[in-house]
Amino acid sequence: MTAVAAARSGVVAGRGGRLLGHAGWALAVAAPLAFLGVFFALPVGTLVLRGFVADGALDLTGFTEVFSRPRTWRIIGLTLAQATVGTAISVLLGLPGAHLLYRREFRGRGVVRALVVVPFVLPTVVVGVAFRSVLSDSGPLGALGWDGTFAGVVAALVFFNYSVVVRTVGAFWVQLDRRAEDAAAALGAPPWRVFTSVTLPALTPAIASAASIVFLFCATAFGVVLVLGGTRYGTVETEIWVQTAQFLDLRAAAVLSVVQLVVVAGALLAAGRARDRRERALQMTAPERASRPPRLALRGPGRRAGDIAAVAVTGAVGVLLLALPLATVAVRSLRTPTGWGLDNYANLATTGGRNALSVTVWEATLTSLRVALDATVIAVVVGGLVALVVSRRPRARARRRAVRLLDAVFMLPLGVSAVTVGFGFLVALHRPLGLDLDLRSSPLLIPIAQAVVATPLVVRTVLPVLRAVDSRLHEAAAVLGASPARVLATVDWPVAARSLGLALGLAFAVSLGEFGATSFLARPERPTLPVVIFRLIGRPGAENLGMALAASVVLGLLTATVMSLAERLRHGSSVEI
Amino acid sequence: MAHDGSPVAPGAAPGASAHPTSATGRGLAVRDVVVHYRDDDGTVATAVDGLSLDVAPGEVVALLGPSGSGKSSLLRAIAGLEPVSAGTIAWDGADVAGTPVHRRGFGLMFQDGQLFAHRDVAGNVAYGLEMARVPVAERRARVGELLTLVGLDGFERRDVASLSGGERQRVALARSLAPRPRLLLLDEPLSALDRALRERLAGDVRAALTATGTTAVFVTHDHDEAFAVADRIAVMDLGRLLQVAAPAELWHRPASRRVAEFLGYEAFVGGSSRVGGLVGASSEALLALGPGSLRREADGPLVGTVRSTGFRRGVTELVVDVEGLGEVTVVEPSRADPAGVPGAGEAVRLGVDDDAVARVAG
Amino acid sequence: MARDLAAGTTATPRAGSTTDAAPGARTAHGRRLAAPATVVAVGLALAGCSAIGADDGGQDATASPGEEGGTVVLVTHDSFLLSDDLVAQFEADTGLTLETVAPGDGGALVNQLILTKDAPLGDVVYGIDNTFASRAIAEGVLEPYTSPAASDDVEQYAVDDEGHLSAVDVGDVCINVDHEWFAQAGIPEPVTLEDLTAPEYRDLLVVTNPATSSPGLAFALATVAAFGEDGWLDYWAALRDNGLKVVSGWSDAYYVDFSGPTSEGDRPLVLSYASSPPYEVAEGATEAPTGALLDTCFRQVEYAGVLAGAANPEGARQVVDWLLSPEVQADIPESMYVYPVDSGVTLPESWTTYAPQPEEPYTLDPETISENRDDWIQAWTDTVVG
Repeated sequence: MTAVAAARSGVVAGRGGRLLGHAGWALAVAAPLAFLGVFFALPVGTLVLRGFVADGALDLTGFTEVFSRPRTWRIIGLTLAQATVGTAISVLLGLPGAHLLYRREFRGRGVVRALVVVPFVLPTVVVGVAFRSVLSDSGPLGALGWDGTFAGVVAALVFFNYSVVVRTVGAFWVQLDRRAEDAAAALGAPPWRVFTSVTLPALTPAIASAASIVFLFCATAFGVVLVLGGTRYGTVETEIWVQTAQFLDLRAAAVLSVVQLVVVAGALLAAGRARDRRERALQMTAPERASRPPRLALRGPGRRAGDIAAVAVTGAVGVLLLALPLATVAVRSLRTPTGWGLDNYANLATTGGRNALSVTVWEATLTSLRVALDATVIAVVVGGLVALVVSRRPRARARRRAVRLLDAVFMLPLGVSAVTVGFGFLVALHRPLGLDLDLRSSPLLIPIAQAVVATPLVVRTVLPVLRAVDSRLHEAAAVLGASPARVLATVDWPVAARSLGLALGLAFAVSLGEFGATSFLARPERPTLPVVIFRLIGRPGAENLGMALAASVVLGLLTATVMSLAERLRHGSSVEI
Repeated sequence: MAHDGSPVAPGAAPGASAHPTSATGRGLAVRDVVVHYRDDDGTVATAVDGLSLDVAPGEVVALLGPSGSGKSSLLRAIAGLEPVSAGTIAWDGADVAGTPVHRRGFGLMFQDGQLFAHRDVAGNVAYGLEMARVPVAERRARVGELLTLVGLDGFERRDVASLSGGERQRVALARSLAPRPRLLLLDEPLSALDRALRERLAGDVRAALTATGTTAVFVTHDHDEAFAVADRIAVMDLGRLLQVAAPAELWHRPASRRVAEFLGYEAFVGGSSRVGGLVGASSEALLALGPGSLRREADGPLVGTVRSTGFRRGVTELVVDVEGLGEVTVVEPSRADPAGVPGAGEAVRLGVDDDAVARVAG
Repeated sequence: MARDLAAGTTATPRAGSTTDAAPGARTAHGRRLAAPATVVAVGLALAGCSAIGADDGGQDATASPGEEGGTVVLVTHDSFLLSDDLVAQFEADTGLTLETVAPGDGGALVNQLILTKDAPLGDVVYGIDNTFASRAIAEGVLEPYTSPAASDDVEQYAVDDEGHLSAVDVGDVCINVDHEWFAQAGIPEPVTLEDLTAPEYRDLLVVTNPATSSPGLAFALATVAAFGEDGWLDYWAALRDNGLKVVSGWSDAYYVDFSGPTSEGDRPLVLSYASSPPYEVAEGATEAPTGALLDTCFRQVEYAGVLAGAANPEGARQVVDWLLSPEVQADIPESMYVYPVDSGVTLPESWTTYAPQPEEPYTLDPETISENRDDWIQAWTDTVVG
């Protein structure tokens, strides 16, 4: 830019616009960062730091002490083993599921897709009871002897995370150009060779991405490990909870939090690499209209061995792993002291046996919906902004790195223990940043806590879609006279809006089911649905148990409904219906 | 289409009166422009290396060069999509360096159209008009005009995903033309299409550009396309301009052996050398021979051996190794009876078609 | 311009090459876009009347009982529950607005109070139990206050002499037994802790982990009280060898492993509360299907106290008085399913019939518990889990 050029009037207008643009981007970065800073980094940082400060001085002897305990190493080992095995099995079982639900068409596919997500958001205390009912010695699968064993924990982890693999891999699989497979087949490869030599390598980035997320969830699983692992299977997460909530040994908890952070950062790094490859791969496939997937072929001359295998595996998983525990909950919710009936559902309009609750379950449901709505709005705004910023590809290398870092930072909430966040809130949010404002007792804190957890999922849903927008589309709009703001509004937004439906649904479902952080912030006069379920199942009596299970069914149905609506939005009415 | 090479006079095109700026101004002036290209791995390459070019108002200039020659980078720099490291780009005498892309009033058409999938055909064409805040009624009328212009009458409500490749490029052209850009940049707009369609569309693009009197820079690696579309052709290689000339002048008087080779000339006769009846033009110049420069003559002065024969759209092509020249393609009308065509290994005598021999400036 | 364009049309034949054009063009893009946009709009509109904007419950309450007393914040556990009438009466009588926050249960509650003692979460706490009472006092979380409403019953459970904490309710953690199972099996029901190690009760008992469950901790303390610091681990070793099952939480033990009428499991002995049996009595039945073994109980005492640094210490004291008042004491059994500390309160009929209080439950000095709790849990874990 020469001095002569700068003197011209057009330049001044351009500079002004550019300044405005810079300010807009700065805001888009600053607002989410401020949100994450105040509601995540500050609380967690404050609590962890307390563990490392003794008498006003930094004290890192906690590391040597904690690491010298053999228990610590056993716990770290178990955490890694449980997460690795849980992830591997989730992926192995999830692949046929993804094939079936995303690459084949059959009646009722939409319903199955929505139902698969239900476990992901059910409260762990309910799942724990349901799972143990199935696995305990007197349960239908009692013969396996999995109750209170490593296998039982892994089975439950797979139960929770199966849908993550199915959805992540499935969504990618749909977009794969089928012609590569056709080419391989034409070159004489039998179906299984086509799968191993063409499909699988192409899917690898999506698989790696799903695996790292599942690994994250498995490594930080809490309730399910506590309930199903019995007393023997402590993990880093449960140990942090015990050390913080029971023993108030912040030093040990801080050391373990750092350990957890290292594990999580490793998983995120792997995830980031995998995603990069995946999104590059996505760009390579032609974004032509996706041709309709073929129908499931199980019989007749056109039957495919792959389909039969996929149906067999998915059917077994569906029945044994997903349906059995879910059905246990559903069936038991229909049992009354005198037989069978809808009494438990009728009771949802009451406050429970001997007034176990301060509100009716329906009131709690309404509270949950409202809180989830707030959380969803916050998560979608914050997550949307992050996705937008991270989807840009700045020219400068330093900025590109900064953008990647931003992406990783917003994933951290998935990998930090809820007890650390919950306790951190109470410690840090009294006059945060010197403001005369006690956020700790604010009713807003619950949706905020849920939004912190939901935001990474929003980012992961919207980002790939935004990244897949060809940068030349932006250029095409710009040369047609669209200012950067209007490019966003007319090119990115319409594309992102389609994924926003799914993001909304996920954020909403996750907020509905969130229990960990919420339980530390709950307000007795206005409990959420999972809190109410937790309380009901904590009281003896057929009525309370029945209501807890009926309320769980309601929560599950709500989730499934929200997800199936979201699923429709994603594809747009013209494609799916 | 006119291959006569005469520069198009301002206002000569029928639609030019609608372009007061382009009709009366000084057009595009590119001066000593350098564009660097940064790769993902951080290495910096020079894509455009001190290039200068003028485009008169209403004129269509083709930027012709092999892939990687920097022509797309130059086009993107003119559009404002690529930063310029040195030199100036001016429109109508005013430097555009500080003007952001969307205020330059330059249109850009991509190789693959880059249509907005979420808008229908009319929505795509109307996009630039919306950005210019053209009233709805006027916008609708203009969209109709443009669709008629590109031969897609009644396509307004069509989903762009349902269009064929050719139709997409027509929509892209209509979209680029709709806001009446002062300069239209076309980046290999036809390369993704099959040959027959490409040839027909090249003519259509030329017609549309002249009909609207649009000043345009047309990037292509295909010289047939350049000849079909452009008033003048700028040949580019390794980031520099090798020659800027009207199509006929370029064809008959390539400025260098490199240009001639790029145009498809196969054999060269230097300064004072003498091959058969062919005499070098002068001490500095070369004679360039290409397909069509030689023809079979029973008593022709040149002698060669047929290496291979081919058949292509009504003509037979013989690749002949001519003594003293090397391999030259001989083209002749094909015959129903292949008996008269010499086979590989046969000796043939050849004569020269003087009009089909180019003189390469030193 | 239109004319000019028309002139150009002749040169442009319609692209005939529709070989790759899909049949049946669709025009649904407008609608497709509208759907998510509508959802967002509706969502935002709903959010306007959601929790953010809807937390006017507190404001309504402030408006009704007059302004003079201000607000008092009660920090408690999430099981806290009293009749709405009582709360309204309290607010009307005192002019205070009662707000409650429930940041956790048992140990978590006390630990949070300790962490936030420089900027307390509220004015008054209710729900610190005798296993954590001494720790809370030692950490300086509480302000001494002896309520004029405190009876001798309250005095009986005093943690220290300064009156940092006032007992509000008591609950007894006892082994519960499935009467029907034992009747069918023809085995006499166990009575004492020692009985549980006898071979005829092999594989019949399920308890919860003291590290993760507060009844679990209470039961471990019962064994310490019964067998002394030297003998309790041997007892647990004997339990372990007799097929003891340990699970992490109460719901788990009671609803999965217990064989009671609402449960699915196969163990007729479960760790629960003395007050559990009435819940299992079916409508119209006259006999409880389960019962508590009253010689296996440990008494949990829940305390209330004024928080140090309270913004409204006067209001906090009024809350303590209120919790000890006969009205609240009478409401406690039905509302929170524990026994009121005031022995003068008439218990509901079902309680006197099906949930008699143990005469001599095991107890331990809160100070002793506080000093040893972590070590005991560790020792328990080493012995039982291995």
